[in-house]
Amino acid sequence: MASLKDLRNRIASVKATQKITKAMQMVAAAKLRRAQEAAEAARPYATRMGVVLANVTSTVSGTDAPPLMAGTGKDDTHLLVVATAERGLCGGFNSQIAKLAREHARELIANGKQVKILTVGKKGFDILRRDFSELIIDRVELREVKQIGFANADAIARKVIGLFDEGQFDVCTLFYSEFKSVISQVPTALQIIPAAVSVDEEAEEVAGGAVYEYEPEAAAILADLIPRNIAVQVFRALLENAAGEMGAKMTAMDNATRNAGDMIDKLSITYNRQRQAQITKELIEIISGAEAL
Amino acid sequence: MAQAFKFELVSPERLLVSEDVEYVVIPGTEGEMTVMANHAPTMTNIKPGVITVAREGREDRYVVFGGFADVLPDGCTLLAESAMHVDDIDREDVARRIQEAREDVEDAKDDEARTKAEEFLAQLTTLERAILPA
Repeated sequence: MASLKDLRNRIASVKATQKITKAMQMVAAAKLRRAQEAAEAARPYATRMGVVLANVTSTVSGTDAPPLMAGTGKDDTHLLVVATAERGLCGGFNSQIAKLAREHARELIANGKQVKILTVGKKGFDILRRDFSELIIDRVELREVKQIGFANADAIARKVIGLFDEGQFDVCTLFYSEFKSVISQVPTALQIIPAAVSVDEEAEEVAGGAVYEYEPEAAAILADLIPRNIAVQVFRALLENAAGEMGAKMTAMDNATRNAGDMIDKLSITYNRQRQAQITKELIEIISGAEAL
Repeated sequence: MAQAFKFELVSPERLLVSEDVEYVVIPGTEGEMTVMANHAPTMTNIKPGVITVAREGREDRYVVFGGFADVLPDGCTLLAESAMHVDDIDREDVARRIQEAREDVEDAKDDEARTKAEEFLAQLTTLERAILPA
């Protein structure tokens, strides 16, 4: 049985931990708000980009579509871009994304495809290194980046496009976590090369059958637009990840704070009982000592 | 006053302008153009440069670093790679971009890429001279 002093120390240390988790939760809440705002601010660009892209795609016929959109015609080599957080202590956030990527990679390997992995974020690299260390061709760390800017996403997109131009892969899939709400982040796989352009009804309506003039011609614009669109999608994924990470961290830290509270309660009860038992014991000793006289 | 139309300037990070304007001057890759209401539907790439937004006698200037414009008779959307108000421009930021463009020129693998990079560098230096009087 632990002594009273041990129990006191134990309670003090759990209390200190609780203070830390509580502080982390509040920091995460503040950061979450900022991340959500950033994600919200980026939305108009992505939406309009989608509309414009759909417009141009409908004009350019299939034959002169750039390879980034049409693909290489093969699907032998797959590049998996796995975007995770830089830090842990956010529940199952990182492991969920890594798990989805791992399953995907296993399936591709089982089907005889070649798999290459590019990790964005330290945690994803740490997790995937255990299983696929020889498949990871590169990694990007955003540890020093305080607020994710478009430039970060653009750099990643350029790297991916550069690899594609060298013929390193045929299909590229991006893994990230979609931010549904503070308590729910869904790991998602999104194919970015060849670009799956969805011509939705809204876009068609906007075009309204108008005949566009292109400056320079449509194919040239499209060739410029597609890499940009890839960057936009990477950017969106990074922002969703940032928001999701903070959401997951908030939930995890909230749980930790509550668990610490429960633990303190339990320890306090044990402590009080033991203190009481000791007092009783001392009293009995004194009384029985007095009686013996 | 000329008829007003809806103009939106969007960068990946945020929506900078969304309002009714009289006319906008856009630096297209094939030359500058002024967009007014009822313009024919046009799509154009944009080179680094200054866009001028005019509304009721007031003109605002923004610097964009490449992008894309979608012009419709009743509106104009400008998707800029990066955009900021001319007053907020940062000398060092421009210098850094130029430095990067120079490196791109040196790193270019083939002639086509080099021409492209050189063109971009030239546009950037022109822009620097235009907005930052030495």
